[in-house]
Amino acid sequence: MSTMSLALRDSATMLRRDLRHSLRFPMMTVSGMLVPVIFLLLFAGVFGRALSAGLGVGSASYIDYLAPGILVMTAGFSAEATAVNVNMDFRLGIIDRFRTMAIARTSVLTGQVAGSLIRTMVTAVFVVAVAAGLGFRSGADAAAWIAAAGLFAALTFALTWLTVAFGLFAKTPGGANSLSLIPAILPFVSSAFVPTGAMPAGVRWFAENQPFTPIIDTMRGLLTGGAVGHDAIVAVAWCAGIALAGYLWARALYNRGPAGAPTLAS
Amino acid sequence: MMKLEPAPRLAGAVVARGVRKSFGDHLVLDGVDLDVAQGTVHALLGPNGSGKTTMVQIMSTLLPADAGQVRVAGHDVAGEPGLVRAAIGVTGQFSAVDNLLTGEENLLLMADLNHLGRAEGRRRAAALLERFDLADAAARPAMTFSGGMRRRLDLAMTLTGEPRLIFLDEPTTGLDPRSRRTMWEIIRELVSGGVTVFLTTQYLEEADQLADRIAVLDHGKVVAAGTPDELKRQTPGGHISLRFGDQGTLSSAASLLPGASPAEDGLTLQVPYDGSVHALKALLDRLDDGAVPVGAIGSLSLHTPDLDDVFFALTGHPSTERTERTERTEQESLR
Repeated sequence: MSTMSLALRDSATMLRRDLRHSLRFPMMTVSGMLVPVIFLLLFAGVFGRALSAGLGVGSASYIDYLAPGILVMTAGFSAEATAVNVNMDFRLGIIDRFRTMAIARTSVLTGQVAGSLIRTMVTAVFVVAVAAGLGFRSGADAAAWIAAAGLFAALTFALTWLTVAFGLFAKTPGGANSLSLIPAILPFVSSAFVPTGAMPAGVRWFAENQPFTPIIDTMRGLLTGGAVGHDAIVAVAWCAGIALAGYLWARALYNRGPAGAPTLAS
Repeated sequence: MMKLEPAPRLAGAVVARGVRKSFGDHLVLDGVDLDVAQGTVHALLGPNGSGKTTMVQIMSTLLPADAGQVRVAGHDVAGEPGLVRAAIGVTGQFSAVDNLLTGEENLLLMADLNHLGRAEGRRRAAALLERFDLADAAARPAMTFSGGMRRRLDLAMTLTGEPRLIFLDEPTTGLDPRSRRTMWEIIRELVSGGVTVFLTTQYLEEADQLADRIAVLDHGKVVAAGTPDELKRQTPGGHISLRFGDQGTLSSAASLLPGASPAEDGLTLQVPYDGSVHALKALLDRLDDGAVPVGAIGSLSLHTPDLDDVFFALTGHPSTERTERTERTEQESLR
């Protein structure tokens, strides 16, 4: 068997393992689904009227503004589960078993990434459905939806590699959880809830130059029929950069040595 | 069950020369040499912190050595780790089962990673569950397993790929006596099927029971190597302890027995002893003839040399003497 097909076969085995874990213990996945829904309800239902008044739009159209941002945030929230899963997995002896087997070396990681990608895409469909229930009307054509799905997948892929690295880097599941708050919280200072133009100068500068604003603006443009333009290029570049950095970091951490820290001593 | 042809005993299953490894400025392995013949059980015996696990991690491609050469199953661990991995099975000190999967799923996972076909994987999983007395627990998640069941599943997973060389790092640590004996039987069965077993242990009895050859590791150095009998021969022999009711009887007895030495309590006499029944009878006859009747002996105990004596003789400290403080210091220096 060629190296490539061996890598695919082992990655598929690891993916099946990961999905089996999710199905058997679905709480992490379910909480990853509930958090964006809670934000949708909170911002559309509680803050929505005040925010839309402040922005000078009707509260009916605020859900159209909000939903693409919450959708992008879904990728960040789901990354939390990935970091914790990876961290717990790598503290078990089974990872050392995998390392002593003649299998494609990074299949453990690619299996985790593929599993997270599937979980997050399912979550995204759920979030879009809830947003539609709250009055979100897209008006986008099929091509725009496909592009939006592609952007979301690219962002999830990038954040998953980054959080796999977080999970490998952190010494405890709690530490992994804390690190993964970065991609979950960063969108709060972006164009997710209000346009950056409504922010004070310093905050605005940060919001406009952090990765989530161009990604959210692109997503919003695709889903609500606005202009996309330059933002799309910046968004894709951010995704590619984060993915590459996350992958290289994760791979370096994985190749570093045995996972079972307590076994080092004796 | 697993049908294995007896391996030819030509090449060494493991040949290690001058293996050195440090973590930071803490030297863990200080020039270790090992030779493991195919089809044998080799024990690496040593207390906690002696470097056993590090040595296994190097031999199983988990850790690179700082210096020295290691060939496993004919391949260099540094140059051809993939070929080494294809030949070995490893059961580490800490449970390497997937807690969230069932016993059967764990074995099927191993079958998939060994690239067995679906039918063959199912066949082997079923056979291993049966052989390791796990068939009843096959459908339960491994997190519900007892310590002994977990070890058996762990070893069954290692055997799924039918490796010819198996590393077992402290396979019975933490097991109750019954589970330990079960594990010993399993290891003996493996070897009778032609598999080479390299195991580490801190139990002298375990090495004595199972191993064809033993290497004693202390502070990262092999301080002795040989068959269990050879090692026992290196120690001062066994003795008989005779306990008397008063010091007068003791001194009469001492005068009758050459080489006898009184113990500190003043009532016990230790006499060199080669372990034979004949020598015991001769000793009692001599006392009886010399007016120390058998009835004057309060109690008698025989002490044949065991590996504990060997360990003490070789290292100057008992195998279990290591204080917790020393271990903790070592662990900290490795962080």
